[in-house]
Amino acid sequence: MVAAGIDIGSTGTKAVIFDGEIRASVVVPTGWDPKAAGLEAFRQALDCAGLAEGDVGSIVGTGYGRVSLPIFDRKVTEITCHARGAHFLYPETRSVIDIGGQDSKVISVDEQGRVAEFAMNDKCAAGTGRFLQVMAGVLDVSLEQLGQLAVGATPARISSMCAVFAESEVIGLLARGTDKGSIAAGIFHSIAGRIQGLAGKVTLSHRVTFSGGVALNRELCRAIGASLGVDMCVPQAPQMVGALGAAIMGFEA
Amino acid sequence: MRDVCAAFDEIAGLREKNAIALKVAKDRGRKVVGTYCLFSPVELIVAAGAIPVSLCGTSATPIPAAEKVLPRSLCPLIKSSYGFALTDTCPFFHFSDLLLAETTCDGKKKMYELLAQMKPLHLMQLPQVQDEAALDYWVLELKRLITRLEESFGVRITPEKLAGAVLLLNEERRSLKALQDVLKRRPAPISGIDLLTVLHNRGFTVDKREAIELIDRLTTELTELSDQGVSPFSDRTPRILLTGVPVGIGSEKVVRLVEELGGSVACFESCGGYKKVDPVLPGNDLLRSIAEKYLRVPCSCMSPNTGRLQLLEKLVREFDADGVIDLTWQGCHTYNVESFSVKRHLQETVQVPFLQIETDYSESDTEQLKVRIEAFLEVIGTRRGGRP
Repeated sequence: MVAAGIDIGSTGTKAVIFDGEIRASVVVPTGWDPKAAGLEAFRQALDCAGLAEGDVGSIVGTGYGRVSLPIFDRKVTEITCHARGAHFLYPETRSVIDIGGQDSKVISVDEQGRVAEFAMNDKCAAGTGRFLQVMAGVLDVSLEQLGQLAVGATPARISSMCAVFAESEVIGLLARGTDKGSIAAGIFHSIAGRIQGLAGKVTLSHRVTFSGGVALNRELCRAIGASLGVDMCVPQAPQMVGALGAAIMGFEA
Repeated sequence: MRDVCAAFDEIAGLREKNAIALKVAKDRGRKVVGTYCLFSPVELIVAAGAIPVSLCGTSATPIPAAEKVLPRSLCPLIKSSYGFALTDTCPFFHFSDLLLAETTCDGKKKMYELLAQMKPLHLMQLPQVQDEAALDYWVLELKRLITRLEESFGVRITPEKLAGAVLLLNEERRSLKALQDVLKRRPAPISGIDLLTVLHNRGFTVDKREAIELIDRLTTELTELSDQGVSPFSDRTPRILLTGVPVGIGSEKVVRLVEELGGSVACFESCGGYKKVDPVLPGNDLLRSIAEKYLRVPCSCMSPNTGRLQLLEKLVREFDADGVIDLTWQGCHTYNVESFSVKRHLQETVQVPFLQIETDYSESDTEQLKVRIEAFLEVIGTRRGGRP
């Protein structure tokens, strides 16, 4: 049995082909058309695995765009999918921190990879990929550069959690001549603080997996790990964990 | 429920009908007292020969008007209540001769000071602890209300009238309890949204006896439907108990989402739901018995508020709830803070999945709420041995 998992997020759309092992995994930008992005990711993943659509027995959709595609056999929330994906990659995982484009979540997972409880940010963008993007924009650097800037720098104090207020706070810091590295480190600190607050709402174990596109930023991983006092497992492709979980659920169904 | 159940259709159209009935009653010289809260001792209003009505406060529409005066970060229920008054768009407020209010939370307390500039308002000082000394004080507050009603409306509240009012309102509570108890059946014969419509509209009725008769008819019809196996749900539909802040039509977002995503809201612990059905118990001193009933209300403005924990534990068992959702409005400090204790208590006792939702009356967070609620229903499904 071959299954596909498609995770249509606010920023990236991910597809994984799974038959007990990962056969293909691709990511494409979601853009303004989540439906087209979902189909495109699926097509690329099939190409990559050398399969045709008819070879796939089950397609499971997740992510905010899961409602937009008619091809799904089943739709599951990204909370359940990230838990399953993280459990597959690191079976000892008992907590998952997932930071995506517009949401952050802390999920506690049982020994079978099932969700025990979870906490999710409210409608505000604090501590999400969107927040990071806005901040990188103010500093006029890419997300990768933001990470490099922060290495070894003393974090500047950024007290606002709100993306809009933090932007004006960062502009104020720049006006006072604070260096970009300290600001970058300060931004990571602020996100880590936000995640720490969220993590306080569920039972957090010491076996934490960090998933979602924001985990690509290794410096941020370090900041969050340090503020929570845990060593985190960060997958090679953290943004694929949700699509992987969806594919696994299709495979097992 | 429409077309299946005649009593439901009648109740669904009740709010509009009652605004007219209220005007007719007023033209005939009846007095109207508007209330905002479950702490209002309605027996006293009825004994004074006046009509008690619930006032509007569950719609987002008048909030922008209220925000010209009130802070944006205040809870939506207070902003909505004040906005309705300010824009004169609640017919029940419009027809009220007197507003009855209680010092429950800080936001409401200060809002009432502003409302008092628009209409005659009687404020009851509600103690926030439930002991004997507080009860003595609360009895005095009830006496102060009696004086106010007697002086305002030129009537006498006799012990006989009071006894009659207690009988009538206990009868109303009996009928509301019986209706909600029908949802103990799995699957529930009526959706949470439909039940909420009934509970909400009932608050605007002018003739209580008529309303009781209508609710009883609905209960009978629902029982028959359930016996025939009619239900919008299946045996496997996750049953949710909703607790927390007051909720009504206009602020029913979370109830609607739970049911759209495949759940069934089988029990409302909130003010308009099960908290309301607790009767006045018989005693030697009728006024003290009434005071006792109202002071017992397990609202988060009480400290401590252990009554709510006990009520929840009992309802989770009786209604066979698969999960508890604690709905809290943004800016409602007492319910927001209490959520932590509720979660811990439920984990230690009935061990049922728990989800707190903090939101307001707007639709701006609908997508995020959907993820949260759907994931919560998935957790319940897995716990019951379904597919992970």
